[in-house]
Amino acid sequence: MDEKDREEKIKAAQEGAAKRAAAPKPAQEAAPAPDVETIPVVRRLRQSFPEAVREVTVPGKIPDELTVLISAEKIVEVCRFLKEDPELSFDYLADLTGVHYPDREECLEVVYHLYSMKRRERLRLKVRVREEEAVESVSSVWRTANWHEREAYDLVGVRFRNHPDLRRILLPEEWEGHPLRKEYPVEGKGEGLRYVAHVLRDPERAFREFEEHQASKKSQEVPQEEGE
Amino acid sequence: MLETRELILNMGPQHPSTHGVLRLVLKLEGETIVGTDVVIGYLHRGSEKIAENLPYFEFVPYTDRLDYTAALSSNLGYVMAVEKISSIRPPERAEYVRVILTEFQRIAAHLVWLATHALDLGAMSVFLYCFREREAILDLFEMVTGARLTINFFRIGGVPADLPPQFFARSWEFVETFPDRIKEYEALLTRNKIWLKRTRNVAVISAEDAIDLGLTGPSLRGSGVSFDVRRAEPYSIYERLQFDIPIGEKGDVFDRYMVRMEEMRQSLRIIRQCLEQIPEGDLLSRVPRKLKPAPGEVYVRIEAPKGELGFYIVSDGSEKPYRLKIRGPSFVNLQSLPAMVQGGLVADVVAAIGSIDVVLGEVDR
Repeated sequence: MDEKDREEKIKAAQEGAAKRAAAPKPAQEAAPAPDVETIPVVRRLRQSFPEAVREVTVPGKIPDELTVLISAEKIVEVCRFLKEDPELSFDYLADLTGVHYPDREECLEVVYHLYSMKRRERLRLKVRVREEEAVESVSSVWRTANWHEREAYDLVGVRFRNHPDLRRILLPEEWEGHPLRKEYPVEGKGEGLRYVAHVLRDPERAFREFEEHQASKKSQEVPQEEGE
Repeated sequence: MLETRELILNMGPQHPSTHGVLRLVLKLEGETIVGTDVVIGYLHRGSEKIAENLPYFEFVPYTDRLDYTAALSSNLGYVMAVEKISSIRPPERAEYVRVILTEFQRIAAHLVWLATHALDLGAMSVFLYCFREREAILDLFEMVTGARLTINFFRIGGVPADLPPQFFARSWEFVETFPDRIKEYEALLTRNKIWLKRTRNVAVISAEDAIDLGLTGPSLRGSGVSFDVRRAEPYSIYERLQFDIPIGEKGDVFDRYMVRMEEMRQSLRIIRQCLEQIPEGDLLSRVPRKLKPAPGEVYVRIEAPKGELGFYIVSDGSEKPYRLKIRGPSFVNLQSLPAMVQGGLVADVVAAIGSIDVVLGEVDR
């Protein structure tokens, strides 16, 4: 009797589940994707650089986030065109940054946020390169790219060709690795922690070492001292 | 035989006029500057890396520590970026609360700027006056949020608490009295001979150079470019508010000073309209307890007191951002410093740093 009841219950539950699965899902209220190809900027880019435009997307279908993927070797030409063409005049580079995608073959991505002060329109460009490849610097197009590219080099490890001054900018020059790489641990590689542990274990010794270090620094007479 | 040679002068990182830990290596010929190297990073805390390892909700307090003289503006930029990527709309009343508080924050940030800028150029009393009024604004913040400096008040989806009833009376009082206070500052500075000598035709930057170097905010508008994110890409409720965008002509230190002074008045105008129009209603939209935005990318920017503050978020569908880039206006604005001071005198560097109003917390992130 009990067993029969249970079997029936299971059967009913299974049927219910099957019914629910078969029922049509509520339609996603996705707005019809605007045809990106009709946007003037995209048309102009396709016309002038048919081989450089790799992909035009709106990631996540979020408004005003038009993104054009450009082949890396053409980036400076495309940027110069976008800036100097009187109908486009993207005269202001709002932001430039790098993103690391370790799973992709072209694992480094450089993202450019352009804006036209005259036409009040924005555009996002992207290039993708492999680990060992360098990206041509756009600092000859917009001078503001100089520091942005230094930062992308410093934190993400994107190398820029023909950059006037490619040094680290936020981290000390002798830093190893690039912290915004995905494999870089968030707590650092332990230099700082090891030092703190050392101080806690034997504060007197740590203090003595610090004094000796300062003394040796003084004796070397470095004209420009480095930040700590 | 006398001979001249280039002198390298190190300024900072511990120098009273560098507003924090900014180091400049100046190359001098006599007193004239022939080269400037800006050394930054002393305050780098890896905010972007921290963001990648925290759920979206938990990063808000870290944004307080970017531009710590305008914590609410950084809060606003971040929560707006997350709201855009996860299609959350804050309720109407929350939008008004946000705008009222961030415009108060703009005034407070400009007061810190004016105080320290004037102090750097030798006007001590302006410093005291500015901090007196800033105190009144911080009291207002304390009344609403319980905090004064690192406020951490905006939430993804709205604000956590309503404005208390006495806030309105106190705000009106401030809005009514502050224009006279601005007159006081102007009486001390605007036609002061020493002030004019230190600021007129000093650290000039043309409009083309300013755009090319990515300058934004009052520093850009001082050069005569009428670009304000609140007007160019209106966010929140700015579309329905009346305000002017003051611009300068020459792009010298004095023009940037005048622009900021006028901006404080315009902020008051905005606050007045918001206090009149603020509707009743909810403060916080429904937000899932685990926020997992669909994969996508957004770049959201707001007009912070220093300029364009942008947040670029890449989501991979998890509850932490895959990448968060903070486009701090101070970082980009600081890059134009060498161009501004080239050929000037050492004393002008102090005026130039003050006039572009950098906060190192935001430069180094």
